[in-house]
Amino acid sequence: MSLITVRNLWKEYGEQVVLERMNLDIGEHEFCTLVGASGCGKTTFLRMLLGEETPSRGQLLLDGVPMPNEPGPDRGIVFQRYSVFPHLTVLGNVLIGLELRGARLLGRLFGRARREAVRQAEHMLDAVGLSAHRNKYPSALSGGMQQRLAIAQALMMRPRVLLLDEPFGALDPGIRADMHRLLRQLWQQDRITVFMVTHDIQEAFALGTRVLVFDKVRLDTQAPGAYGATVTYDIPLLRRSEHITREVEATRRKTERFQHSLPHGASATL
Amino acid sequence: MLLGALPFLLVVVLYLVASDVRLAANAGDKLLPSVSTLAGTITRYAAEPDKRTGEFLLWVDTAASLKRLGLGLAFSAALGLLFGMVTGIIPYVRAGLAPLVAVLSMVPPLAILPILFIVFGLGELSKVVLIVIGVTPFIIRDLAQRASELPTEQIIKAQTLGASTWQILLRVVLPQMWPRLIDAVRLALGPAWLFLIAAEAIAATDGLGYRIFLVRRYLSMDVILPYVVWITLLAFATDFILKQFSRRAFAWHHGGGAR
Repeated sequence: MSLITVRNLWKEYGEQVVLERMNLDIGEHEFCTLVGASGCGKTTFLRMLLGEETPSRGQLLLDGVPMPNEPGPDRGIVFQRYSVFPHLTVLGNVLIGLELRGARLLGRLFGRARREAVRQAEHMLDAVGLSAHRNKYPSALSGGMQQRLAIAQALMMRPRVLLLDEPFGALDPGIRADMHRLLRQLWQQDRITVFMVTHDIQEAFALGTRVLVFDKVRLDTQAPGAYGATVTYDIPLLRRSEHITREVEATRRKTERFQHSLPHGASATL
Repeated sequence: MLLGALPFLLVVVLYLVASDVRLAANAGDKLLPSVSTLAGTITRYAAEPDKRTGEFLLWVDTAASLKRLGLGLAFSAALGLLFGMVTGIIPYVRAGLAPLVAVLSMVPPLAILPILFIVFGLGELSKVVLIVIGVTPFIIRDLAQRASELPTEQIIKAQTLGASTWQILLRVVLPQMWPRLIDAVRLALGPAWLFLIAAEAIAATDGLGYRIFLVRRYLSMDVILPYVVWITLLAFATDFILKQFSRRAFAWHHGGGAR
């Protein structure tokens, strides 16, 4: 059974139709990248996955049951900005999820429980390469480091789904490449399902196992809001290594057969 | 630093010259007392026990005034923090409370001072309440504004980390309100002193404002001027201490790097 099921989903704000007739099945450990023009409902869809918005019509199911209508710890989020808490240190930011879960009343852990949480948090900071900055406040971190921190903070809750809303949109290309590597590595390790909204098509194809293109299929120029967008292309990218080797192998064999079929000597001109 | 000190120096020199000119024309002039008269008065008030009560008047007045000011500001800050935070964050409270606070903050506190005297008597309470009434609505509105300015992303992020509304208030909003509360209190210092001195001028038996208005009858500029300078110094020091405290305790708010 798929992790997330979308059945004939519509989202409307009054007269304005944002999304229409959406149908999707997303399995575990998929990496979906969401692309499309501005105002095509990518972020709206992400916010529905988050629980901040509810569908106007149709179904949005998580594990076969309707998505809870408020954000919760099973779905982590990283925004483009403001994702981390400015009043907490790097360590505090990674720690806070565990503290909130462990101490419902005070939201703080003490003694052995805290030491154990700190140990886990430090492990996570190691994984994202922020150990050296554990006592800094976010304002002292670069944009890339802040986003690393935001990802680490979200992953501490071991969410099943990680939602990323243009997480690297404000970063330099070099740093962006670093972040891609980190994200793919974490995605492989934790086997989470990722949804990532991006404006960068290259990024979408480089990272995703599945690219979802949002666009409007119908357009009424007299009433631009009358029709909504939907997923017009759902492009699976077979990027698991065995797929790739198999593909390369097949191509090589095909080429060889082709060369053999040619008259002798002609292959030199190929 | 040096450039900033220049205007102060100029004022002092100007005073000395003017005082000299007036005293040369009339040795009994009380308006601009000479430095020696001022020094004598300050010593008498600060270092010699009063003939009638045996108290050191300057210190007794200072203690009385600071106590009222401190109590008033503490209550205002506590109320302002509580109501400001919930007004800013919880939409229902905002819808219900904001109009009342907006109107209340327009009531001139001095106009209701007689009511306070009638209700709370002429003792300490009415003076503290005047400061609270004068300053709290302003702090509430300021903090509500600051709280509502917190990015929604932070609140949602907290929810995805499993936070309840209570936990969001406690761990996300409240800690970020502290430095903003200090800023609000610093801005409220001026009005707070104004209300304090007004209340003391009308009904009190000690306090810096009381003293100034008492000796006004005798045209005792040699008391009034040092008291005004002293009040200014106290206000400035309070502001400075609050600022430094905020820098130390909430480095993240002031762009500080690490803990």
